[in-house]
Amino acid sequence: MNPDFLRNIPADILPPDDVLSQCIHCGMCLAVCPTYDFTKLERSSPRGRIKMIRSVADGEIQISNIFSEEMNFCLDCQACETACPAGVKYGKLVESARVLIDEKFLRYSFRIKLKRFLLRKIVADKNNLKLSARILRFYQKSFLKSLLEKSGLLKIFSKELPEISKLSPEISDFFSDEQIPEISKPEEDVKYKTAFHFGCIMNVAFAEINKDTIDVLKKFSCKVFTPCNQVCCGSLHAHNGDIEFAKSLARKNISAFEEEEYDYLISNSAGCGAFLKEYDYLLKDDPNYSERAAIFSEKVKDISEFLFDKKPEHGYKDINTRITYHDACHLAHSQKVVSEPRELLKSINGLDVVEMEGTNYCCGSAGIYNVTRFSDSIYFLRNKIDHIKATNPAFIVTSNPGCISQIKYGVEKFNCEAKVIHIVSLVKMALNDFNSRK
Amino acid sequence: MNVSIKEKIRQIVSSKNYFDSKEDCLCYSFDATPLLTQMPECIVFPESEEQISNILKLANQEFFNIVPRGSGTGLSGGAIPVENCVVLVMTKWNKILEIDNANLTATVQPGVVTGILQNEVEKLGLFYPPDPGSVSVCTIGGNVANNAGGLRGLKYGVTKNYVLGTEMILPNGDLLKTGGKNVKDAAGYNLRDFIVGSEGTLGIITKILLKLIPKPTESITILAYFDKLSYSAKAVSDIISSHITPSMMEFLDNTTINCVEDYTKVGLPRNSEAILLIEVDGRGSIVGEDAETIKNILKNNHASAVKTASDINEALSLKSARRSAFSALARMRPTTILEDATVPRSELPVMIERVTEAGKKFDVTFGNFGHAGDGNLHPTCLTDERDKNEIERAHKAFDYIFNEAIKLGGTITGEHGTGLAKKQFLEQVAGIPGVEMMKKIKSVIDENNILNPGKIFSISPRCESPLPFSREQISNYK
Repeated sequence: MNPDFLRNIPADILPPDDVLSQCIHCGMCLAVCPTYDFTKLERSSPRGRIKMIRSVADGEIQISNIFSEEMNFCLDCQACETACPAGVKYGKLVESARVLIDEKFLRYSFRIKLKRFLLRKIVADKNNLKLSARILRFYQKSFLKSLLEKSGLLKIFSKELPEISKLSPEISDFFSDEQIPEISKPEEDVKYKTAFHFGCIMNVAFAEINKDTIDVLKKFSCKVFTPCNQVCCGSLHAHNGDIEFAKSLARKNISAFEEEEYDYLISNSAGCGAFLKEYDYLLKDDPNYSERAAIFSEKVKDISEFLFDKKPEHGYKDINTRITYHDACHLAHSQKVVSEPRELLKSINGLDVVEMEGTNYCCGSAGIYNVTRFSDSIYFLRNKIDHIKATNPAFIVTSNPGCISQIKYGVEKFNCEAKVIHIVSLVKMALNDFNSRK
Repeated sequence: MNVSIKEKIRQIVSSKNYFDSKEDCLCYSFDATPLLTQMPECIVFPESEEQISNILKLANQEFFNIVPRGSGTGLSGGAIPVENCVVLVMTKWNKILEIDNANLTATVQPGVVTGILQNEVEKLGLFYPPDPGSVSVCTIGGNVANNAGGLRGLKYGVTKNYVLGTEMILPNGDLLKTGGKNVKDAAGYNLRDFIVGSEGTLGIITKILLKLIPKPTESITILAYFDKLSYSAKAVSDIISSHITPSMMEFLDNTTINCVEDYTKVGLPRNSEAILLIEVDGRGSIVGEDAETIKNILKNNHASAVKTASDINEALSLKSARRSAFSALARMRPTTILEDATVPRSELPVMIERVTEAGKKFDVTFGNFGHAGDGNLHPTCLTDERDKNEIERAHKAFDYIFNEAIKLGGTITGEHGTGLAKKQFLEQVAGIPGVEMMKKIKSVIDENNILNPGKIFSISPRCESPLPFSREQISNYK
């Protein structure tokens, strides 16, 4: 390896040889990899990328443009981990490769600097994020948006910018952390003690879903602890090469959630849930936090994972409609939560649940991939929407904010009639004594 | 390879189908075969018969080699590059051209993924039986080139039983058409069957005509647990001699059971010494009767439990669990060397013992599984390529296994092909006159030995394929 480069990176970034050797390049990953499906090139496949990472570790190749292009082309959807009989932890490999790339190019690349600034100073800082969201909300509601979109002014900056601007989720009328009390209690007896992580983007752009989550948990006899000093989970930072910052966020969250007792930590965002479950791995070498992180991660449950085998106090009413369920990658592949949301949907009478082809194929949202690699993400989105159309549903049900924004954008762009809904909002619709808001 | 030749190749396929970066070459330096790698000079994705023909003609002028490739899931090294070679990838030729319901045939391009073809024909009530373990990834072209088998070989046969015709571009650039939709065809030499299993040494297959059969309507999947390997082997012999032909009869030993269970969590018995996964299929009540007979035979052979899959999903998850066996074994050790020594079915119990002996004798760990019903075993050595001494012992253990298989009237490969991995044993199975005839045929069709040279057998003196490269050697590769 280039020694000049080694000086700048901690020795433990690349996984040990044992982890790299576990891939026996059998090719079972090729069938499920969206990027291999796109290019049909081995370098865009999981086994090809592992080969390249191994070659970098052995010093056979440098961190070249092709190398960094392929590592960033990867959606990190981890469909390959589900398909891999040998149990290779591909996600960890590609994330560490991204750390290497950012370390190498950080000094020269404005793009990486800007990405890091936005993720550190805006996404991870609740107040800054809310401030930006307020500005965005003002922009979205004002004449400025339609003026800019119609005038084509945005095209001056980039051909893709006008399209990307449509992708941005509509900012909620309120922010959930301002409406959700630190302790929420059910009307009747408390059966389960839970805590709730409301996320960063969810908090400002999907506040309704967060509110629905609290309402639903209350109907399932849960006491819900929602600490107001919780922070962003850090997954976007870790997946984009900024592990150290992700660790600092993890420590803050662990401390914030230690203030009350609870048995389940509920997440309604697949990406956050997956990363919260990994805190034990992330902080395994931190003497002050390793044990606390293990206790923390053990309790994390996705909302459908928590609800599927429980009954609401007053049961469900029938909902007669046709739906299809889209597996969020970070739920199906990272958390291996596949049957639970389906069980949950089956327990609601009247729902006609139709499985689409490629239900666990990435929609192209993939964290901030749809912003950083817009045109690639559209390829994956188009496939997804085609599969959705084939099942002709009234609703597309899923469980991740990224997927919701992306698929909402997709149904509009590719003329699909279906509406996108978070699974928890659908459950809320089915709760017996629910007074309809709409 | 010098730059001007590469430039000529690029011009034939155009820049968008040509790749020669070091990264790309690394990613095409291997297939699914353990321990073997070799860097190609470049990789091309031809778009038409004409482009393929022109590349072959150029190869004959400039003396470079061509290695055809599908999804690169082969286990005998058939798609591993050789020296001074162009890898010619056919995965973009992935159209199903026709499904002919009147003649029960499918016409496909070679890059069609086997599993996708199966799904498509099954939608029409038809059936394409060959199903290798990598069915979700591998291509029909690769299946034909290696005469691939799979789980259903016992009742339905292997790829060669379903190839009705091929179109292939010969090394001189000519297009050779063989076979057709006729059920009977006695005209001349049977060239079609001769192309099946030729491992990319005779031409580039560009179109394949496949036979389809009506899809069986019923199937029952049975799982039996055994406390001793020998009980399961005896049960297999008893089922065969009772004149019932299951569509599948798969055997897994304890090591394999545990690795597969770690991955799939379908509930396999971790303490059993062996399991048999059996499927009977067909039409009407006979299927149920056969299943009952089989269950009785299993019980009479000391099966500690006999279970029946309750629905199609359970049956599917059991079958896909079995398909993952090879890769799942990699959970134990970083390198898994899988072979497919095959013996006449009656010799299966002896062969299973021989594999256990080989493990003990050479102090290596084997996971053993395979297609018990057709005598096709997959003894898999669990090892670590970084431990040179252990790899040496693993090779010796396989020498022993192959020799024992041949002594029992068996063969060195049931369904993976000879490739690089087994060519040293070919003479023992095919005999010297057999191998000599193969070489003569090869040198008539491929005069300059440009197509996948060094696979199956070596023709001296030109284009000897290099021996397996170690990782250190590759890192020194310039």
